[in-house]
Amino acid sequence: MDTTLKVEDLHKRFGEAEVLKGVSLSANTGDVIAMIGSSGSGKSTLLRCINLLEIPNSGRVYVNGELIRMKALPDGTSKPEDQKQVERIRSKLAMVFQSFNLWSHRTILENVIEAPVHVLGVPKKEAIERAEALLAKVGIADKRNFYPNHLSGGQQQRAAIARALAMEPSVLLFDEPTSALDPELVGEVLQVMRKLAEEGRTMLVVTHEMGFARDVANQIVFLHKGQIEEQGTPGEVIGHPKSERLKQFLSSTRH
Amino acid sequence: MDTSPSLLSLMSFGHDGWGARFVDGLVVTMEVSLAAYAVSLIFGLLGASAKLSPYRWLRSIADVYTTLVRALPELLLLLLVYYSGADAIKFLLSFLGDDYEDVEVDPFAAAVIALGFIGGAYMTEVMRGAIQSIPVGQIEAAKACGMSPLLRVRRIILPQMLRFALPGMSNLWLNATKDSSLISVLGSFQDILFMGYRAASTTKHYSFFYTMTALCFLIVTLVSMAGIRLIEARVNRGYK
Repeated sequence: MDTTLKVEDLHKRFGEAEVLKGVSLSANTGDVIAMIGSSGSGKSTLLRCINLLEIPNSGRVYVNGELIRMKALPDGTSKPEDQKQVERIRSKLAMVFQSFNLWSHRTILENVIEAPVHVLGVPKKEAIERAEALLAKVGIADKRNFYPNHLSGGQQQRAAIARALAMEPSVLLFDEPTSALDPELVGEVLQVMRKLAEEGRTMLVVTHEMGFARDVANQIVFLHKGQIEEQGTPGEVIGHPKSERLKQFLSSTRH
Repeated sequence: MDTSPSLLSLMSFGHDGWGARFVDGLVVTMEVSLAAYAVSLIFGLLGASAKLSPYRWLRSIADVYTTLVRALPELLLLLLVYYSGADAIKFLLSFLGDDYEDVEVDPFAAAVIALGFIGGAYMTEVMRGAIQSIPVGQIEAAKACGMSPLLRVRRIILPQMLRFALPGMSNLWLNATKDSSLISVLGSFQDILFMGYRAASTTKHYSFFYTMTALCFLIVTLVSMAGIRLIEARVNRGYK
């Protein structure tokens, strides 16, 4: 098995608060890892440290075996040694955000072809063909010439997933992709994500959807106060929780 | 009442009328306004970038610039920049050798740069505010797919900024058309206000010619507002 993504001993502080206290994680090709935990547990921060939207204070991130080179600074923070390397690695780690973050001045199709054309250098014609196929796949082909603000939240999130897929990434990072959606729109997004998992894509999903975590993920990571408290298959983590905190968390999410 | 036909003939385009000269004046006014506005866009973009930069010394320079320019009367600033700017350029050129001693700074360029420098301070604030209004998530999305800082500015930040900056930028354009009339005091330009003054003082029909001058400015404004509405509709097309 190839290790697509490996995180070692990640630490992140915001001022005095230590949000990540040495987290390690690895994902092989085709893994779907669900990260669960109460708010403030550090799961979103962990995801954002992987593609350096947050700069970790220390720790190592490997993508397809390549280490993101960081330089420690005297004040206890660190910064990337090579911005170009960061940009190259980010293009392999597509991210889907809680609030979609589609570019509102561009149509759905333009959103999907933007980075392939301008970051990867894909010829525009080819990018459009691929984008149309992806939009069809997430079920919004007819919305290609709409602007993001003219779509429902669920449609916007599916467009954002198409935008992420257009990069042909090694790993898909999902940051609470259904948390900003009206309840009746959650299903359509989860259905697309389920399809991606079945295709064997490597996915790291921060989520509150326990049903999705149980049915789709092959690994669940439970974070508590910046550390991994428990980790394993859904059967182990959800079926037979060991720690008191996980039991509490699970009972609070079961309504 | 019987004076009005003769007054209107004063605006005729014939030999005795001032019509043609008013048109010439309007052309000068528009040339200066457009060029000065373009220069103010450059100063504004540089100023806004400096104000948002992580480097304190850059932020300080931009603060001094916007504070000074906004504190002083525009006419005084125009005179200061127009005369000392030309001297400064001559002074700098003198280091390059004696060949440049007789260089004359083109008055049009000097006036345009001076006006653009003044407008740029206001533009700086308009653009800074607009950049800060861009939803952070949209910039994060650009980072997350590997866009370089320059690409983010070009493809995401500038087009998004335009939407938030447009009302302020429109105001500054209208200001630019009016501020261009300040150059009439420099003596080298026959802009619309200068023409109005010449016509008024030659014929002694002060009210008539100053009203005509005012009408010219009003026409410029009305045409501009129509243009602005078109641009606003285009920039906001994804938001309505």
